[in-house]
Amino acid sequence: MKQTMKKVVAAAAAVMSVGIMAGCSAKFATTKGNESTGDTIKIGMNIELSGAAGGYGNQMKQGFQLAVKQINAKGGIQVGDKKMKITPVIQDNKSTTSGSASVTAQLTAKDKVSAIVGPATTNDGTAAIPNLTKASVPSVSPSATDPNYTLQKNGKVQPYVFRACFNNDLQGETAAHYADNTIKAKKVAILEDNSSDYGTGLAKAFKQAFKGTIVSTQSFQEGDKDFNALITAIKAKNVDAIYVPGYYSEAGLIIKQARQAGVDVPIIGSDGMADPKLAQIAGATNTNDIYYTTPFSTKSGETNAVAKAFMTDFKAEYSEDAPTFSALAYDSVLMIKQAIEDAKSTNSVKIANALAKIKDMPAVTGTTSVDKNHDPEKPIVIESMQNGKVVAATAVK
Amino acid sequence: MQTFLQQVINGLSLGSIYALLALGYTMVYGIIKLINFAHGDIYMIGAFWGYYVINTYHVNFFVALISAMIISALLGMLIEVLAYRPLRHSPRITALITAIGVSYFLENGMSFLFGADTRDFPQAVAQHNYHVLGITVSNIQVLILVTAVVLMIGLQLIVQKTKMGTAMRAVAVDPEAAALVGIDPNHIISFTFGLGSALAGAAGVLIGLYYNSIDPLMGMTPGIKAFVAAVVGGIGSIPGAAIGGFVIGLLETGVQAIGLSAYKDAAVYIVLIVILVILPSGLLGKNVKEKV
Repeated sequence: MKQTMKKVVAAAAAVMSVGIMAGCSAKFATTKGNESTGDTIKIGMNIELSGAAGGYGNQMKQGFQLAVKQINAKGGIQVGDKKMKITPVIQDNKSTTSGSASVTAQLTAKDKVSAIVGPATTNDGTAAIPNLTKASVPSVSPSATDPNYTLQKNGKVQPYVFRACFNNDLQGETAAHYADNTIKAKKVAILEDNSSDYGTGLAKAFKQAFKGTIVSTQSFQEGDKDFNALITAIKAKNVDAIYVPGYYSEAGLIIKQARQAGVDVPIIGSDGMADPKLAQIAGATNTNDIYYTTPFSTKSGETNAVAKAFMTDFKAEYSEDAPTFSALAYDSVLMIKQAIEDAKSTNSVKIANALAKIKDMPAVTGTTSVDKNHDPEKPIVIESMQNGKVVAATAVK
Repeated sequence: MQTFLQQVINGLSLGSIYALLALGYTMVYGIIKLINFAHGDIYMIGAFWGYYVINTYHVNFFVALISAMIISALLGMLIEVLAYRPLRHSPRITALITAIGVSYFLENGMSFLFGADTRDFPQAVAQHNYHVLGITVSNIQVLILVTAVVLMIGLQLIVQKTKMGTAMRAVAVDPEAAALVGIDPNHIISFTFGLGSALAGAAGVLIGLYYNSIDPLMGMTPGIKAFVAAVVGGIGSIPGAAIGGFVIGLLETGVQAIGLSAYKDAAVYIVLIVILVILPSGLLGKNVKEKV
């Protein structure tokens, strides 16, 4: 019995290795990149559904699924003269870099997707790049904000890496100008999330652009719940404003604890705060004088038809208000759809080329063009909140 | 001076949470020499239970607190029966690895069933601030401190004054001898897990109320810090765990207050290393009688 088992295993191994080699030779025979073979086009999602960034990843999954559902309901994506439906392949990278790399390998080599949405964080996104490049499949990240994410070490652009969100430099600078010119703050304290490139990157950009004095820079970690010590220390410094680059889960707690400790100065943040949960965690009565930079405003429905439709559909589908991360994931799918239509092909290399040439595409987060660094060009908005509600959204040039 | 006193208040309210958690670690360790790494996750379950009953049945805070303690106690006993009892005579490392497995199971199970997103805990007790000598103390901070102290005194009474407590101490000293005089060690170990988990459940609800934010991974860091608190106080010692909790809470607050927030976790672990090198049995660890 043992002998036969061994033989079976050996045979299976042999078959498998032949399969792998055949895979290789087949790959060299055809053109570069993945192409869909049937009537559908496969789009992958490499996303954080569990682990530290799981909360954000699941919001992106909702945006992704809504986009796919709507496109398929209209018959699919126009590829040349035929319409092709999307087959989504969603994989969890568990908020780990190794998970992100192996999910990318699976999506590109096994599932043969034509394009990928994700990952959510710069760290996981960067880990995916070698496998994307090897397979020549483009990815659009909804929220990897590090300025260098889309760039190679030598400063050239990564050919297969795109994003739907602003990079940190732009958001940090915009917040700094806002603090200078509108809030007229002279003394600012920074509370940065130093467990992500997002928080530290934004804080760095803010520091460079801000003209006043930064009296203290303190840091916290994702998952922290107690900020009383930091807030008490800031209170003693009599600042004019606090800059909090981080996500809503911690920023909400900072707002709550600051207001309860009697710190009433404006709190400025970034798009990580743009979520209905912010006011829920902070408590509506505490959420006063909050300002943050964001690509997506719930107010933008008043001027942007795509955003209006998205917000109505999202609410109908998930019975809650659309968060920014869902909007960005939705737009990532729209960008891929646009690129496939422009390329008139499901070939992943052609899609990547078309992604780089997107011009004035209507999207939820504003009319989008892709620049030479594969960053999106679209209007940036500063939302302000009073009493837990967004009261104004100012577009910044 | 005001800032300093305010920071002491901040440190004490943070420390009382660590102390409640550390008690559970220390009791379980005292009896079966197992570091129950799933303890922080029971605290998370307690918080989620509080969230559930307050939102669904609109019960008041104390009902939520007590029901969370009961649910957590049952869960703790269930985990003990399913995961640790079959390994009672295995090497300690096996049980330790199992504890880490249980911890992952609870964290990811909750993420899978209820989503990984942060939730806002219902405000069952409205917050008021008291201003005394320029220091702000909220009623919730007072509530946490009082609840923690009451629970710790209650625990001490159970351990020192009741028959069950005597049996617990007997099993901690020598399980075989205890069995010889008619104590069922399994029974006692179950009770210990229940007691420790009830305290974790209470801490979960208190934290939910205090910070207004809960998520499936909320038990990870506090769980590790509470473990450090238990070791600093002398693992196995109940008063030691309480003191360790307050020491860690004050230390963390102090490090942030002097502007070294980036090193606040590092400071906690440095203290752990220093204690292990200088005083391996912790601050109160030598007191064998207290070992429970």
